[in-house]
Amino acid sequence: MTTWQCQDMAFRYPEVPTLAIDGVSLDITGGTCTAVIGPNGSGKSTLLRLLLGVYSPAQGSVWFRGRLLHTWSRAALAREVGVVPQGEEIVFPLTVRELVAMGRYPHLGAWRREGPTDRAAIDEAMARCDVADLAERPIATLSGGERQLARVARALAQQPDALALDEPTVALDIQHEMAIFELLRLMGQRGVTVLLVTHNLNLAARYADRLVLLSRGRVASQGSPGEVLRRDLVESVYGWPVEIRTLTTPDGESGVPQVIPLRRDSAERLRSSDDGE
Amino acid sequence: MTGRRATLTMLALSAFTVVTLLVSVRFGAVSLTLGEIAAAVRGHGDPATVAIVRDLRLPRAVLAALVGAALSASGATFQALLRNPLADPYILGVSGGAAVGAVLAVVFGLATATIWAIPLAAFVGALLAIVTVLRIALIVGRTLDTRILLLAGVVVGAFFNACILLVLTFADVESFRSAIFWMMGSLAGATWSRTAILALYLVPAVMLLMTLARALNLFAIGEETAAYLGTHVERTKWLAFGIASLLTAAAVSLSGVIGFVGLVTPHVVRIVWGSDYRFLIPAATLLGAALLALTDALARTVAAPTELPVGVVTAFVGVPFFVWLLRRG
Repeated sequence: MTTWQCQDMAFRYPEVPTLAIDGVSLDITGGTCTAVIGPNGSGKSTLLRLLLGVYSPAQGSVWFRGRLLHTWSRAALAREVGVVPQGEEIVFPLTVRELVAMGRYPHLGAWRREGPTDRAAIDEAMARCDVADLAERPIATLSGGERQLARVARALAQQPDALALDEPTVALDIQHEMAIFELLRLMGQRGVTVLLVTHNLNLAARYADRLVLLSRGRVASQGSPGEVLRRDLVESVYGWPVEIRTLTTPDGESGVPQVIPLRRDSAERLRSSDDGE
Repeated sequence: MTGRRATLTMLALSAFTVVTLLVSVRFGAVSLTLGEIAAAVRGHGDPATVAIVRDLRLPRAVLAALVGAALSASGATFQALLRNPLADPYILGVSGGAAVGAVLAVVFGLATATIWAIPLAAFVGALLAIVTVLRIALIVGRTLDTRILLLAGVVVGAFFNACILLVLTFADVESFRSAIFWMMGSLAGATWSRTAILALYLVPAVMLLMTLARALNLFAIGEETAAYLGTHVERTKWLAFGIASLLTAAAVSLSGVIGFVGLVTPHVVRIVWGSDYRFLIPAATLLGAALLALTDALARTVAAPTELPVGVVTAFVGVPFFVWLLRRG
């Protein structure tokens, strides 16, 4: 079943002459993991916001689970989709537990407080993201990695059928970055549809079923990692010389493309020797 | 905070508010015993005491409590809406508009015509300020951008202050004095009808704000996240802005510009009990009521027969207490 679908979608920011999203069509199957990749300013976050209904397309339509997105109420959508947006700045002091508990808001009526089911969901989400020990700590005292895990826990506490994450591992160390990608894989195994925007092409290639490569608001390519991460395509979209290697690991990953950006001089030497042959 | 602890704390705060009301009614030019108060409320005993309790001290104590409650609820709402801990009930220029109305009523002698002239003029001025701020904020975009709203509030406030200074420049000494005293804020004009008006206003407003409490919690993280967690951001912002502005307008027009309570009470609740608006809104409302009832009693009595401006007492008592809380927290 299709989770997100959009057809010939276009969007323009006010007072910007060029289209931020220009004729994008996507079909995101339930239970799969899709990574949106592309250079800075190619429209990744804009696309995500269109699919999440905080922006409305100027042209084209978005469907979520077969229903036009704008016919979903925010609360109903929040019961289906957990979102980890880019940087949040919290103005008043908040503990980890309070932050994660906000994931239950869409499930509560106007007056109801958290009950046992809600508390169980909060505890489970914190345990899964490995932040249970930090529950009573103020968010402001956490490291960047811990803070990000707490925000992912908030999305999991929503018990959503789909997760959308905007650059969830930016500025994180290897351990925290891998922890988040592993969590996404686990959620995928449980049938949750995952949609993420990322700059980490190599982890995207290893964890996502499908990649969507954006360039100037258009889809330059979409398909399996092997179909999208081709040298000529990556080089022309990112404007930088790269090498594509394939990764095979003992635990079953095989033939996964990995992108290695080259130093400018070595790229020139490589290319000229290519021409010489 | 768990449900049970929250309920107990609310009960304790309610009890504390009632105690402050009693204290406020007890003390004044004539000190009364609790027995005398109880008798006077029922209309028994010395007629002079009955008049003091029923017509002077009780309405004044209750009005003080309601004004403190309204300002604290409004301040708490603006702090979340504008994502700004420095926000107070007057931050969007409501007090400036109200003051222009009141000062004009004083200067043109309307105040002597009817006791409702100043509150009405002040309320109209406050509404004018609210509409002006909104108009300016909406020139820039179709949606309510809180950063622009804040800027619009500050410039409109500055404009109204300039208007006040202009009017006062040409005012006679007596009007000048009355206008300045109005702007310092006072609960001396309390009557049961004024109290009733504010109560009719306050109760539904606070209940509505409580239904917005979760959205206000989410605004502390960001409007985009609030949308993803099920909030209709635009609708909530309009509602919160409207309710908080009207609460301030009502309080200001009945009591003048009383500072400090609306800024600090929400912070006190935050330091002691945390930032959850589901608790913070009702707690700040009760604590604000208690705080202003208490400080108004002090304002009446410490330098009697001269009455100190209640805002002065509130700041003198509140600032050391707040600094102590900050150090402890």
